[in-house]
Amino acid sequence: MHDIVTNYINLDAITILYLFGVGFVGGLVSGFIGSGGAFVLTPGMMSLGVPGLMAVASNMCHKFPKALVGAMKRFKYGQVDVKLGLVLGVSAEAGVLYGAGIQEKIKATFGDAGSNLYVSVAFVVILATVGGFVLYDAWKTYKSGNANTEEKAGKLALWIQSINIPGTMVYFKSINARVSILFTIPLGFATGMMAATIAVGGFVGVPAMIYVLGAPSLMASATELVIAFVMGLGGSLKYALHGMVDIRLAMIILAGSLFGIQLGAIGTTYVKPFLIKVVMGVIMVIVLFSRGLMVPVYLAQLGLIDKLGDGTVKLLKNSSFAIMMFALLLGAFIVLRAMWQGKQAEKLQQASGALEHGEI
Amino acid sequence: MAQSTTKKKPVGAMIVMGIVSIALYATLLLKQDLINSTFAQGGWYALLPIITAFVFSFFHGSFTGNFWTVLGVEAARKKKEVK
Repeated sequence: MHDIVTNYINLDAITILYLFGVGFVGGLVSGFIGSGGAFVLTPGMMSLGVPGLMAVASNMCHKFPKALVGAMKRFKYGQVDVKLGLVLGVSAEAGVLYGAGIQEKIKATFGDAGSNLYVSVAFVVILATVGGFVLYDAWKTYKSGNANTEEKAGKLALWIQSINIPGTMVYFKSINARVSILFTIPLGFATGMMAATIAVGGFVGVPAMIYVLGAPSLMASATELVIAFVMGLGGSLKYALHGMVDIRLAMIILAGSLFGIQLGAIGTTYVKPFLIKVVMGVIMVIVLFSRGLMVPVYLAQLGLIDKLGDGTVKLLKNSSFAIMMFALLLGAFIVLRAMWQGKQAEKLQQASGALEHGEI
Repeated sequence: MAQSTTKKKPVGAMIVMGIVSIALYATLLLKQDLINSTFAQGGWYALLPIITAFVFSFFHGSFTGNFWTVLGVEAARKKKEVK
């Protein structure tokens, strides 16, 4: 009933350090925006020669323990809506199972190149539409000078909250309103499907919680970690049943990402909420170019376009890799810089408070 | 008098968890061929990667949490509004 996977990559010191480093930055971003490690980790593994499906499976197997650690950390800060996370997580699980089934069919029909192409195209489409919107919204907040004010639910969220369907209404503390689970089920399902396909369900889940349900960015990003845990656990089991998980890759990435996720979670206590959207949007938009460059390579492998020259393939692969690294480092830089500034501001505040106290 | 903010750093816990983490990773890498071939069998063997992930996250998660605390990297003291 299951395939035995034999194409494991060799792990040398450089590869281990690379995975650890990518895991760290991915964890940092995940701890901060609730997801996002995967969109760099999956292509990161693929750039090492790991087949797309195994990269998705291994990423998922590092995601659920990481999400568990991150969710517990952010729960301490009062940012997690466990009920919303579990309600969305259960429907996300169904989406994961459905999405994984589609992935397996694609791999069986079109092989690794087909699977890689599907993952890359899904990356580009999701990152372009959702990432573009999130970035635009963050930019609007920044330009309006409302970055310091409390976030308000948008028109769509207020409309969703106003609809009363008897027998389906549930109160969520993050939204501070009752919402019909008939709205949360499709959102969770879509989140899960994306997670199984490109391993970044959070890029549907977090914006959905913010823009469709009306949750604040901080709580949405923290609650996403609960969803990531629930669906990551189920998804990993599903992939593991077919022997798709490379546990070495998953655990090495986990080694770095647990350092990162703790730091990213701590970072959320220092920043303005709109920065969550900035980091999410910026990275999504940059990474889409990285994956987009690889689409012609997979198309050529499948014979859908003319064969590319070796030089062209190499150039596309290297450019894709460089852009992805840039996205990674930029994301980490924004988070760490914001954290540093927040820490400095806190120190100043404490110093001035102590001074005032002394003067009285 | 200013309130003391000095807390005891969890150095001992960090060291113990760090040693356990290193031992787990050393085992994983030294026995990777055996582990790969066993875990790839699927079926009931699918539970092995899941259990492995939980075990690693418990020990390594505890280590990394203590690591940042020992370095003095902690959450902002002001309490976030969670309404």
